[in-house]
Amino acid sequence: MAHTADDIQAHVRLYYKVFGTLMALTLLTVAVSYLHLPHTPAVIVALAIAALKASLVAMFFMHLKGERPFIFWSLAVTAVFFVFLFALPMWTEGDHIVGTRPDAWSAGAAVPHAPPHSPTPH
Amino acid sequence: MEIPYTVDARPDTGLTNPKLGIWLFLASEVMLFGSLFSSYVLLRSGAEFWPVQRDILNVPLATLNTIILISSSVTMVLSWAALKMHNLAHFKRYMGLTFLCGLGFMVVKSFEYASKFQHVPPLLPSSSNFIGIYFLLTGLHGLHVLGGMVVNGFLWGPGSRMFDTEPEKFTNRVEVAGLYWHFVDLVWIFLFPILYLL
Repeated sequence: MAHTADDIQAHVRLYYKVFGTLMALTLLTVAVSYLHLPHTPAVIVALAIAALKASLVAMFFMHLKGERPFIFWSLAVTAVFFVFLFALPMWTEGDHIVGTRPDAWSAGAAVPHAPPHSPTPH
Repeated sequence: MEIPYTVDARPDTGLTNPKLGIWLFLASEVMLFGSLFSSYVLLRSGAEFWPVQRDILNVPLATLNTIILISSSVTMVLSWAALKMHNLAHFKRYMGLTFLCGLGFMVVKSFEYASKFQHVPPLLPSSSNFIGIYFLLTGLHGLHVLGGMVVNGFLWGPGSRMFDTEPEKFTNRVEVAGLYWHFVDLVWIFLFPILYLL
């Protein structure tokens, strides 16, 4: 963390540069959205730009760059649980969603096991 | 009761207690928003039909709000830098701008919401899964903006008197409030493309 006036002035100049970059990335992500890319590339590009913007905010505005290891370890644990939280429903529901789609049934796909009281598709 | 280590760092963590506290709080906020983002992905990937989001939502207004919120993040960090240089007048200017940016964000959001309610037929949370999760995510984020505005308004106004007696402690308060405000910006950075552009 900076202490001298010169250090703070250097930080301020950096904040303006980060601000300019964030604005440029915002305009870029909007411009790319008007290109109407296929869904998967569009998702990858939009999330990559968002992740880059979020990293800039966290590193420079939130001073994560140069922060104490204790903070990094706390955030690392959070990241692990976040990924777990995100992945768990997808793992448990992934086949269920596809398997229970009416269009998938009509196409002859296998219907997953269902409780006896559940309505069966025709 | 006096909270210890608000100015000097604790020897074991190397951090002041408020800074450690706000980072742990933000970690819990990551899980809160993470669960809702996960719900969104699950709803969308499992839907038979999902609307073209940008045909329903207003991309130019959301872009304007993104610019407003990013601007508020830079004014927030500049207000902290002003205090580090012992310049209360500059702090007041930048913190005032941060508050006004928050207000601007909420005004733009209110116009966006009003257009949904006045739509024929009205677009309500009960209208569809997409509209429901749109209101949930943006509403929860809006509440966070409101909460940040209350804190920022206090620090700009009556709270700034602390600078006369305990300048270091007040500077740390502004830094902690800034961490929260930047997190609110960070959440919007992901909400914007996910809800409006994809």
